[in-house]
Amino acid sequence: MYEGAVQDLIDELGRLPGVGPKSAQRIAFHLLAADAADVRRLADALLEVKARVRFCEVCGNVAESERCRVCLDPRRSDEVICVVEEPKDVVAIERTREFRGRYHVLGGAINPIENVGPDDLRIKELLGRLADGRVQEVILATDPNVEGEATATYLARLMVPMGVTVSRLASGLPVGGDLEYADEVTLGRAFEGRRVVGR
Amino acid sequence: MPTRVGGAGDNGAVPLYRDDAIVLRTQKLGEADRIVTLLTRENGKVRGVAKGVRRTSSRFGARLEPFMVVDVQLHVGRSLDTVTQVETIGPYARPICDDYGLYTAGAPMLEAADRLVDAEREPAVQQFWLLSGALRALAGRDHAPSLVLDSYLLRALSVAGWAPSFTDCARCGAPGPHHSFSVATGGAVCARCRPPGSPAPAPETFALLAALLTGDWAVADVADQRHRREASGLVAAYAQYYLERTLRSLRHVDRTVPVPAHRPDLEA
Repeated sequence: MYEGAVQDLIDELGRLPGVGPKSAQRIAFHLLAADAADVRRLADALLEVKARVRFCEVCGNVAESERCRVCLDPRRSDEVICVVEEPKDVVAIERTREFRGRYHVLGGAINPIENVGPDDLRIKELLGRLADGRVQEVILATDPNVEGEATATYLARLMVPMGVTVSRLASGLPVGGDLEYADEVTLGRAFEGRRVVGR
Repeated sequence: MPTRVGGAGDNGAVPLYRDDAIVLRTQKLGEADRIVTLLTRENGKVRGVAKGVRRTSSRFGARLEPFMVVDVQLHVGRSLDTVTQVETIGPYARPICDDYGLYTAGAPMLEAADRLVDAEREPAVQQFWLLSGALRALAGRDHAPSLVLDSYLLRALSVAGWAPSFTDCARCGAPGPHHSFSVATGGAVCARCRPPGSPAPAPETFALLAALLTGDWAVADVADQRHRREASGLVAAYAQYYLERTLRSLRHVDRTVPVPAHRPDLEA
């Protein structure tokens, strides 16, 4: 145990995800040794992110106004919505520069064991966006794990009867890997999702 | 039990063990790892770290998903063991999560197994085989998902020592059939032993519950929806009473899905 302020800092850092007591102590002493200006910049950034950043009222992505920059961009297509679990997934897809439609952030995946059901996610908001008939396709880009797949299954069940095309991101072999190291589940999906390259 | 593997020229002997296991749950750990809770055949419940499995390049991330039955090798750690190799035995995750009804019926089975096998490293062979069979039946779409769930819960509680009675009186043993049901007493109760306020399920519901407990699928499969719903309510109340905790996933069970097609390709 340390004196008041140091221990308070260690306790607060230790509450962050993935930061254990040892890491919290290391970060706290790094901050103690750092320049006052650097620490102030960090403190300002923390305060500013809480003061300025909110969730987009349309898609649920992080935003600095009522709508995020993707929803405000007039060059993007309103006909395709890509559904993701978290705002960080939007960043991952944006890095591909392949997708020019809009996003919808669910805020997680259906996980009954963790008591997360459909009503705990932004599913009603998604269905609301389909109501005007402008959206032609919904791409389900939830994580390729059990919870993400089950969420995609649930969403497809809701949306297909609405007459919209529902697609799922392909699963398969990672680029740069060796085929022999692929597990049978991934390889099976790669076979399932194979595409014709010539006839 | 762990065995030492290694020899001259190695970096020291590493205590390793190998077992068949069912993945009960996973939790994110750090940047790319997961903590996996496994119900193993020989070693009971085990929690281990699976390093790097959240990366797309992981060699066994897809095998360490809930509902998978695997052959796993772990090395013994100070607090948590580390998963070093995984091979698939029952690839049930895919068919289960491809059907929302199966997924929501399977989740309470994993949660109940996690609760029933409370202590880590205490062998629970019967619970392992029971859950493995239930997941195979669920993934193979042998029966309606809610029937598989209710049957599993009744049998898992029986193996744990809380076997209900659906024919003879659970208190005095008087031969049935009886008309009242008391969760706290342990099932059907006669008119003399019946605690005040005990519900009186339909005789067909009692027959269905008895069939689910004994695995009489010829009777269970033809039960009508009303009796299935009534039986599910009683099973849920019974399970939560004896587990002394709410099964959180039970409230998410989707009972609107029709009975899916049989999948013979998943039969063992």
